[in-house]
Amino acid sequence: MVSFFLKRLLLLIPVFLAVSVVIFMIVHLVPGDPIDNLVQINSSPEQKAALAAKYGLDKPLYQQYAIWLGNALTGDLGDAIILRRPVADLIAQNIPHSLSLGALALLFSTVVGIATGALAAIYKGSWIDRTTMTLILLGSTVPSFWLGLLLIMLFAVQLGWFPVSGARSWDALILPVLTIGLGGVALVARVTRVAMMETARKDFVMMLHAKGVPPWQIELRHVLRHALLPVVTILSLRIGWILGGAVTVEFVFARPGLGSLLITSLNQRDYPVVQGALLMLAIAVMLGTLLGDIIQAAMDPRVREGIK
Amino acid sequence: MALLSVQSISVSIGKLNPLDGITFTIDKGEILGLVGESGSGKSLTAMCVMGLLPRIGGAITKGSIVFDGCELIGLPEIEFRRLRGKRIALISQNPMTSLDPIILIGAQIDQVSKLHLGLSAEAAKARSLDLIAQLRIPEPAAIHRAYPHQLSGGMKQRIVIAMALAADPDLIVADEPTTALDVTIQAQIIQIMVELVRDRGLALMLITHDMGVVAQACDRVVVLYSGRVAEMNAIGEIFAEPKHPYTRELIRCIPRLGQEPGSLKGIPGTVPSIIDYPDGCRFNPRCGDARELCRAQVPALERKSSGLAACHFSEV
Repeated sequence: MVSFFLKRLLLLIPVFLAVSVVIFMIVHLVPGDPIDNLVQINSSPEQKAALAAKYGLDKPLYQQYAIWLGNALTGDLGDAIILRRPVADLIAQNIPHSLSLGALALLFSTVVGIATGALAAIYKGSWIDRTTMTLILLGSTVPSFWLGLLLIMLFAVQLGWFPVSGARSWDALILPVLTIGLGGVALVARVTRVAMMETARKDFVMMLHAKGVPPWQIELRHVLRHALLPVVTILSLRIGWILGGAVTVEFVFARPGLGSLLITSLNQRDYPVVQGALLMLAIAVMLGTLLGDIIQAAMDPRVREGIK
Repeated sequence: MALLSVQSISVSIGKLNPLDGITFTIDKGEILGLVGESGSGKSLTAMCVMGLLPRIGGAITKGSIVFDGCELIGLPEIEFRRLRGKRIALISQNPMTSLDPIILIGAQIDQVSKLHLGLSAEAAKARSLDLIAQLRIPEPAAIHRAYPHQLSGGMKQRIVIAMALAADPDLIVADEPTTALDVTIQAQIIQIMVELVRDRGLALMLITHDMGVVAQACDRVVVLYSGRVAEMNAIGEIFAEPKHPYTRELIRCIPRLGQEPGSLKGIPGTVPSIIDYPDGCRFNPRCGDARELCRAQVPALERKSSGLAACHFSEV
């Protein structure tokens, strides 16, 4: 198990380097120059060149990359060009909002998704199954920005139970968590249901019945346990999506977070911030995958031994 | 009184009727062989006895199955579950897929004695270790904490046998227990299984298509053909004097030492398809002695000079 963990950790190093190159290149291939946003319209080329030199933007790309990566590894992501603050500070300020929203949404998707998926699989073909499947279809097709608006209209404007927007109190989290989480519930429930139904057809399940094991025990201790393996994969892929893809939800609810930081700085061509935020998201995706691999290895001996 | 008495059961799955009037009995401590080609209904008969037919979408339409004085047809599932694993145990066809791949071997054997004998975790483990040793597996403790994929097919089948024995059942249903294994270990597994069954005085319903296995292990034999009983007799009689032409053909198919090369032939024709069974005796298209009557009328399973057979023209 330890060697499995170390192997996976080592594998992340080349992935991290590749991702950092891609992030760096993407930002520099985007048309537009941050210097233009900083200087007055009638500035001379000399003034522009001086500014470019100040931020190191006059050096060749590979040098800029080396400097950026070297600094990034020591925790220095440079200074924001427009916001004129250290990028690390900006990220540190936004990350707690993203993390609390993401973690709660993930928890909500996991618990509610597995429970509904398992119920639907156990009562396959019954009204419970049909109702959950209909809700799952709705949940996976309704776009989150629209769902967010509907929730705001109902629970914040009409009923006044929760704040309309912002991140000032804990109850401001509930509607955004629901908005992001419901899509996850649909996804997790669907995967759980299908995986359980597939596992239920396996020979060893028939053998468990032949051993006289009570059906609820078969479903929960054996079938559900197998079904959780693909669910873990789905969830680990979703960690990155929730942190970065929550942009629209952060926008609808006017919440701070990595997503809104990324969008704002992209619009302003604030390279250092865009790079820093993207790097954070990439790291989150990598750690999510690593976490998923570790949980799978803990659950399935065949994964641990590299058989599957 | 017989331990298990199966009386003319018929089975339907959807629109198909794969079993038609299967009848046999097993006494306490008896080893009964159930032989026949693929599709003859051997495994379905096992499913009926285990009460697992509904799980594959089938239903028993008529007949009765009495186990130790208790009618199993119509028995509520919750009561049937108390029999399964405890009094009637199953040894399945494919050991490679019969064990839960992500649960320790030990836990899967312990589960049976914990569930049915109410043993504590330690007692169940001690019992499982003892069973593993009885199945002549070296290093029981290491096997107890192994996962299924770390074991060979033969080892896994021994574990499945250990699971079947774990709650001291009265009857074991073994559904082609060695079909999925290498020929080299088939005989060994059968031998160990039969020895353990004999030592404990258990009844065994041994399903196989291998007449060699039947000769090696069984007291009595039921020959199935296309969902019906063709013949039933004691082991000595069935080999010495088969009453049904199908049984004769089966026995003719056993290879013998000193046999002339090329003289070993299969049974001509093929097993009829379940969607288009022939009228009358279902063996008639493949039978050398088939006459008009065989094509018109279903032969009843009748008492012959010894045993029972379903043939209009068996002489004795």
